[in-house]
Amino acid sequence: MSGLRVLVGCKRVIDYAVKIRVRPDSLGVVTDGVKHSMNPFDENAIEEAVRMKQKKVVKEIVVASCGPSQSQETIRTALAMGADRGIHVEVPAGTDANLQPLAVAKIFSKLVEKEKPDLVILGKQAIDDDANQTTQLLAGMLDWPQGTMASVVNASDGSLTITREIDGGLEDISVSLPAVISADLRLNEPRYATLPNIMKAKKKKIEKMTPDKLGVDITPRLKILNVVDPPVRQAGDKVPDVTTLVEKLKEKGHL
Amino acid sequence: MFCLRSCSRSSLFKLLSNSRSISSSCVDPNVGLTTDEIEYRDAALNFAKTELAPNMQTWDLTEEFPVDTIKRSADLGFGGLFVSPDYGGLSLPRHDGSVIFEALSQGCVTTASYITIHNMVNAMIDTFGTEAQKEKYCTDLSSMEKLASYCLTEPGSGSDAAALVTNARKEGSKYIVNGSKAFISGAGATDLLVVMTRTGGKGPKGVSALIIDTDTPGISYGQKEKKIGWNNQPTCVVNFDDVEVPCENLLGAEGQGFNLAMHGLNGGRINIASCSLGAAQQCLEDVVQYTHDRKAFNQPLNANQHVQFKLAEMATEITTARLIVRQAARSLDAKEPNAVALCAMCKLYATERLFKVCDDALQLHGGYGYLKSYPVQQFWRDSRVHRILEGTSEVMHMLVARDLLKHL
Repeated sequence: MSGLRVLVGCKRVIDYAVKIRVRPDSLGVVTDGVKHSMNPFDENAIEEAVRMKQKKVVKEIVVASCGPSQSQETIRTALAMGADRGIHVEVPAGTDANLQPLAVAKIFSKLVEKEKPDLVILGKQAIDDDANQTTQLLAGMLDWPQGTMASVVNASDGSLTITREIDGGLEDISVSLPAVISADLRLNEPRYATLPNIMKAKKKKIEKMTPDKLGVDITPRLKILNVVDPPVRQAGDKVPDVTTLVEKLKEKGHL
Repeated sequence: MFCLRSCSRSSLFKLLSNSRSISSSCVDPNVGLTTDEIEYRDAALNFAKTELAPNMQTWDLTEEFPVDTIKRSADLGFGGLFVSPDYGGLSLPRHDGSVIFEALSQGCVTTASYITIHNMVNAMIDTFGTEAQKEKYCTDLSSMEKLASYCLTEPGSGSDAAALVTNARKEGSKYIVNGSKAFISGAGATDLLVVMTRTGGKGPKGVSALIIDTDTPGISYGQKEKKIGWNNQPTCVVNFDDVEVPCENLLGAEGQGFNLAMHGLNGGRINIASCSLGAAQQCLEDVVQYTHDRKAFNQPLNANQHVQFKLAEMATEITTARLIVRQAARSLDAKEPNAVALCAMCKLYATERLFKVCDDALQLHGGYGYLKSYPVQQFWRDSRVHRILEGTSEVMHMLVARDLLKHL
């Protein structure tokens, strides 16, 4: 199987090493002046597409991101990793915090109509909202098979065999193309963006679009009521033996 | 050519969860950088955190020269930063080099410093070499197929570099080299040397630079020196015993060798200062976390005004030093008349002040600062030598004074 065209999605999120602070209005987290980078699962998604291209299974990789103007930096990282061209669906800064999976899935389904890829690869979930919904919603909208939480992907005539990481263990499935899959952490080890590739990526094209031009209504359907810090961790109790442990657990209503 | 990681990302997550970065603040190295420069810094920092930081302390203890990791950095383009793309380089300005080396040093000062030396030699050949020399050597240096060392200092002459005595006697189509070079970084493990030799009379005008392959018969190495720091880089005396070097290996013109050496060192000084920046930045990030976590007298250390003021001083030194280092780099890139003096100033200021930042960080760690299990002592040991090599702080004083007095 060869000559497939792949659409990969990536999202610009707060960097995983940053200490998150809740906004004073409790409606979100502080993003101003905070380091952002590509969602780690999206790195796995792009890496998988690039590996398939190196194996000559894939012919072209188009990377798309929905977000404010800085999302172009994330697209450039993807281009430096080996994607061929980019699409930036610009959402005004500020409203991007409320860009929800349903809206993103609708945008991607329009991009699929436009680009006609054989395969869409997304990250399993974004580390800011941990939604894990976009892949599934998109597959539903397109009526395409889905392979989510993929940790192994193999291509063979017109279909993919996928190993999924599920609660019970590992599940092997086969999906016919075209399909939507979501990348899990153990799918691969993403490559470094090398300096020569970063420089070459500057010459690759990034097409600009807006949700309006695609005819997508991105009004959020979910309203965030309150965002709070998790409770401060309390000190534990040391107990002398298992009997006391069970007693204490029963006392506190955990058993 | 792609570059895969040797360290898994899940172990990286564990590593990073213990040290949140304090970017987005007054010491943020990203401030003042363009989007491109930030991308370069990110690429270097990523490599530093994944490949260098986890191994830094082990390499120091075992004194292993991490050749594999160093060569892997070439896949990211770190072998020929300043060299023409015709020879596998990236033609980056010195300013971007400074940003990159600072980031690499946050992972391991010693490894980053070696990479700066390699780049200095590669750039010297690219700047002063003939087409034939560049084709023969620069491409291999950019890919790190070959590693390089810079040989100027001798047992009898360091600061007084022009007093070197290693001589190269011309005989037909060859130079016959005799003498010794001392304190050579990478010696014994590198493939190529650029050696400053005496081909003419006394003083700087009698010096010529030769490119010498280390497999040339007559080259031998002294015992690997035992150092306080920079332990994962071998440092040895290199002996030349009737070493025959073809005349085509003369770099630049006869008598130009000293100028060439000094030219290389201007960039080298910015690089070493940048390595001090990385060391101090990482020490500050570590100690800000430590003084938050550690309690004494019923409160975290950082509740004390003294500690807060100390951290503020350290941060101010770092940001100030970064400004002069980057300015010196821009000056060198723009070939401004004050570039040489500014490079000397930046090395003088940064290496001296930032060593004290590492020292303060060590002190703030209390007893733990003295233990080899904490990285702060290694940044302290590794950055100590930056005040000495590639021109001592005293020589830097001389250069700045000379610039001030030359108009009188």
